[in-house]
Parts: sequence; structure tokens; C-alpha cells
Amino acid sequence: MFSKGTKRKFSDGDEEISDESLVGARVASSYNLQRQSLLDMSLIKLQLCHMLVEPNLCRSVLIANTVRQIQEEMTHDGSWHMVTEAFCGPGQSPSERLVATEVLCRSREQDAEPKLFSVISYEGCREEEVVADETLCSVSVSDTVSNVCLAGRVGQCWEKSELSGVERDEEALEDSRLGSGEDEEIDTEDGASTESPKTTGQVFGTFEIKNGSPGPDSALEELFSDVDTSYYDLDTMLTGMQSAPKMGPYDLLDSLAPSHGSPSIVSTPTCRSDLNELDHIMEIIVGS
Amino acid sequence: MGEDSESPKINHSFLRDYVTEEDLLATGDKGGRVVIFQRETESKGESEELGESGEYNVYSTFQSHEPDFDYLKSLEIEEKINKIRWLPHQNAAHFLLSTNDKTIKLWKVSERDKRPEGYNLKDEEGRIKDISTVTSLRVPVLKPTDLMVEVRPRRIFANGHTYHVNSISVNSDDETYLSADDLRINMWHLDITDRSFNIVDIKPANMEDLTEVITAAEFHPQHCHLFVYSSSKGTLRLCDMRESALCDKHSKIFEEPEDPGNRSFFSEIVSSVSDVKFSHSGRYLLTRDYLTVKVWDLNMEKGPVETYQVHEYLRSKLCSLYENDCIFDKFECVWNSTDSVIMTGAYNSFFRMFDRETGRGVTLEAWRENSKPRAVLRTRHVYTGGRRRRGDVGVDSLDFTKKILHMAWHPAENIIAIATCNGVMQ
Repeated sequence: MFSKGTKRKFSDGDEEISDESLVGARVASSYNLQRQSLLDMSLIKLQLCHMLVEPNLCRSVLIANTVRQIQEEMTHDGSWHMVTEAFCGPGQSPSERLVATEVLCRSREQDAEPKLFSVISYEGCREEEVVADETLCSVSVSDTVSNVCLAGRVGQCWEKSELSGVERDEEALEDSRLGSGEDEEIDTEDGASTESPKTTGQVFGTFEIKNGSPGPDSALEELFSDVDTSYYDLDTMLTGMQSAPKMGPYDLLDSLAPSHGSPSIVSTPTCRSDLNELDHIMEIIVGS
Repeated sequence: MGEDSESPKINHSFLRDYVTEEDLLATGDKGGRVVIFQRETESKGESEELGESGEYNVYSTFQSHEPDFDYLKSLEIEEKINKIRWLPHQNAAHFLLSTNDKTIKLWKVSERDKRPEGYNLKDEEGRIKDISTVTSLRVPVLKPTDLMVEVRPRRIFANGHTYHVNSISVNSDDETYLSADDLRINMWHLDITDRSFNIVDIKPANMEDLTEVITAAEFHPQHCHLFVYSSSKGTLRLCDMRESALCDKHSKIFEEPEDPGNRSFFSEIVSSVSDVKFSHSGRYLLTRDYLTVKVWDLNMEKGPVETYQVHEYLRSKLCSLYENDCIFDKFECVWNSTDSVIMTGAYNSFFRMFDRETGRGVTLEAWRENSKPRAVLRTRHVYTGGRRRRGDVGVDSLDFTKKILHMAWHPAENIIAIATCNGVMQ
């Protein structure tokens, strides 16, 4: 059941006596499972667009708020990790993937340290329609380590055939080796999965580099800023669903209101903004 | 008994006038059709018995909206009627507003029971006469004919809304009305179709920041400058149009603090208000969220004065109701004519009535064994624990496809109209 009066903390279980803590752990894990399944269900609900008729905005907003709530709680619990599922085989068309989370970077390219990333893939609701996506990499300027890590991973992903995800380590949660995940929307074009030019042409994610403000609680801010921006994909999803389900790539660009940073909608690899974002990414890679 | 055995989801609105002998009930369906029922008054000489109610028969049927296509967005616009509202009765004709997702139409319903006869230039069939055959002139006279009901569109209020219209409400000034969609509320003049005033706009600059939508709106029954709108977060905002042209800032906000004991992931969805109605007196507001109906006093903003549980036994089932989307069902609620009883629908063809004076609620089933208009409805009970009585229905055996979303209460008498999945009942 999902009714919970107070937020649970991991430390609670440790303080109890052994058998109680075992029960507590079981309850916690079943709660986590239920929560995860609710999250998956909600994301699938958001994905299933009724494309002939505009989807019900009220329903979409309520589901999105629920997802946000779950993600916030998961982040606070520190259990924001991704369930890696081997859904995407090399030959599988992205259009068949309707799951909310998926493996992005292949395991062969992984480092030894644990990576935490959350990826929410939104399939295009229509044939050629691809929903806008935003990937926000919050990179603190003063944090060169993160820069390197990020760039390194980006570089790795870059070379691979399928660009999946980006992750970042959160300094604030260094002790637990958990970090708030990066949300990235994969902009997948139906039927284009088997194309060979996958390197730059398949950069579906657009990266927005945000300079974190170094301050006393900069880590905390970054945590929350991450949480906030990680829902950008949901919102753009809503926007995309609600406003432009079947428009061409440039119509999408025009229809979405420009926000701070450099959001851009990638519908096809040939989109203009894509090239701008590519420059951004190259700068990061080269700059570090 | 007028029964419309057509598509599910029928809308109602009761005519707010029965000063004349006519009682009209209008219903709209998913196919864009509007059916108007008329109550046959049983005249028993000089006096009518109290509680006497005649049968409702079909008075007129017309196609209000047709399916449309938005070429800019490549989306279909459904012809499904979302709301119907009668206008206050002013002359021999009746006027009603009907709306689908995008367009509001004003219809004039008039009767014709006379026709002119004796034209000089036309013969009985309407053909032009040969002038040479006309030997004398006469004045055409009106002769009675069979009653004909004509319904004609008088105004079409189009292109006012980007999002789906969920409410319309006629103002007490008899000149204006409001229409509300998910993010905006417009005020129209009944005679002007090419312009409307936007009085509420909650669309954020960035659609990504959108977390709340408008779910219902209504004008105050007496004060033509006041209106209320409800949101998906369970808040009600009372706005005064005298304060500013754009009523984004509310005059009063009615919000109940969340009960921490009942907090869950579904708290927000369950608190979303699906319908809001002013009482006839204008002092109270009635709201319906997923599990309760609440009565609010306009003078008290911090919480409702009365809360009635409609189907609290569903609280433990919220996850499966979320899965099958039933948690997003929008139920309507109504007052009776004296504001002493409130009514709302539920599942399994049940509907609930609450007596405000005693605080008691009763569950009734909208089901008829035969077509008797005044058959007594059975009182039902949902078994939630304790001693189970015969005839109790278990929570798990509730039929969630039989939902009573729309209903109306006669403005003066104890007649209610309820839309079930295959008909209209009075």
C-alpha cells in the first residue's frame, strides 16, 4: 500500500533490533517495489498518447505530478537508481521500446565505479513525430572532477553506436556513492535504429550545461536543481503531447517557448539545433 | 418515461424555469446530439397534487456538434457534448448553450403551432401561381397546425479556446456567460461571437512548469461579478471581476489542508475537484472530489463546513483505480431546490444523496425494473466490514464501468435526472 504518513529514512532500519530491522527492510523493499511499479505505470500512461484526439491535459498533469512526487521521494531516499534491463538488443528498433527506463550505455563501456543514472525514454507518439527532449547535465564549474567524469562518459557514449545516458555523481551524496540521476530523454526516431551513422547523427539528447553556483549549500542546491530539471523531460513530454503531436521538426522548435539555457527540440538528426548542441558537447569534451 | 437508449455519458442540465407550464430537460451525448425532454403536466382540474410529476417525453432532438478537424495541430475535435446550460427563460422560445471541446453554440428552441395560409402569389404547395389566375386578393390568415419544434443555431462562439472546454456558466445578468478550459476562462456576451474577454489565465510561461489545471467554473447565482473556479489540486478560487480585468489574482481561495494521515501518492489526484456548484442561496459551494463531496461556506476559506464520504471504501483500492484510469473519472454534484440535500454519483450505478440537516447519506441504485416513472429506488449498501446484511454489495464486486457521472436536479421540485450508461432516468 502506498499510504505513508512520513518519509522513511534508511537510517531508521539500522537502529532497530535485528529481526525488526529485517522486517523493516522487507517492508521497505516491498514499498520500494510498489513505488517503482507505480512509477513505471505512470510513465507508460504518459507515453500512451491518443494521437487522433488531444490527450486529456488534466489527466496528464496529474500523472506527471505523481511521477514527480515519486521521483522526489526516491531521490531523498537515495534509492534513485536505475533498473537496468536488457531491453535494447542491437537490432531492436527503438520504436518497440515502450519501457520507462532502459540501459543507455552498454555494460562493456562501463567503469568500475557504480553509475547511477535514470533514463526515461519517451517514444515518439506518432510515426515520425518525436517528442522533444532535454538532457540536463548540471556541471559545476568549480568541480573539475565532475567535469572530467562527465566528459569522459560523454566521450564514451559518443563513440558507441547508441547513445543512451549520461550520469553524474553528486558530491553531496558522495558517502553513499549515490547520486541523483540524470534524466535524459531519448529521442528515438522510429525505424532509424539500424542506421550505421550513429555517432553524431544519433545524438538525440541535447545537453544543457548549467553552471552551478558555488556556495555554502551549493551541493544541496545542485541536488534540488537536478531534481527540478530532471523533470524537464516530463514537462516537455507534456508540451510535446499537448501542443504538437504531429508537427514537423521546425514547427516543434517554433511552438515551444524558449526557456533559459538552451533547450532545443530534436526531431530528426538533421535538425538545426542539433548542430548547436553538438558544438556544446564537443566543447565539453575538448575543453576538459 | 423518456428514455434515450443511445451512447453512454449523457449530460444534463435542467431548465431553471418552470414558471410557465413547461419543464424541459436537455441531455447531450457523445455523438454530439442533444435530446430535449418535456414534462407532460397532468392537469387535474384546478389543483395539482403535491409531488405530482408527469412523464418526460422526447420534445426535440438535434445534432449540436459535428466532429471537426484541427488542421494546424492535425488533431480531431470530438463532437462529444461536454456541457449544456439553459438560459433564463425570457420569451416564448427557450435558449440553451451547448459546448464540445472547442466550440460553444447557442440554440433557440421554439415551437410553431400556426402557419399562415392564403397567400396570393403562392398556392398551397408553395408554387408560384400564374398571375393571370389571380382574380381576387385576400389577406393570409394564421391557421393552427400540428406542433412543430424548431431548433436553430443562433450563435456560434468559436476559436475561443486552445484547450478543452470543461464548463460553461450563464451569468445572472442574462447577458454574459463564461466558458472554462484547462488553463483559461473566457467571458462572452451572448450576442457577440467574434470576441471574448479572457478573465483567468493560469498558463505558465513555460509549459514545463504546469502543475495545475482548471477543472470547473461557475458564476455566482446572484452576484454577476463573482465566479468561482476549481483546480486539479483541490483548491477553489473565488474571483471578483470588479477588482481587475484579468482575475488571475483571486479574491478568496478555499483550500483544505492535507490530512497527513491519509497521505499517499494519490493524494493529489484524489483531491482534484471534478465539479463545483453554488447553492441556490449563493452562500455555499458544493465540490466533488474523487472520494468526497464538500460544502464550503463562502465566508470561511480555511476548510469546508461539511464533508460527506461518497465511497471511502475505495481509498484502499486507489492503486488499481489508478491503473484502470477510473481515478480520473469526473463526477458531478448537485443541490436540490432548497439546498437541503446534495447528490452525487458513484460506481455500480449507485448514486448518493446526503441530507444536510441530519448529515446522513443514502445510497440508491439507478436501476429500473420496469418503466414506471415513480418506482421507488432501492436503497443499497456497500459492505465494508462488520455484519453483512442481505443485499449488500461487496467492494470487489462493484462494476466500475457503470458510473454515474452526470445528473441534474429540478430547480423547484424533487425530480432528478441521472445519466446511466444506457439511458436517462427521472
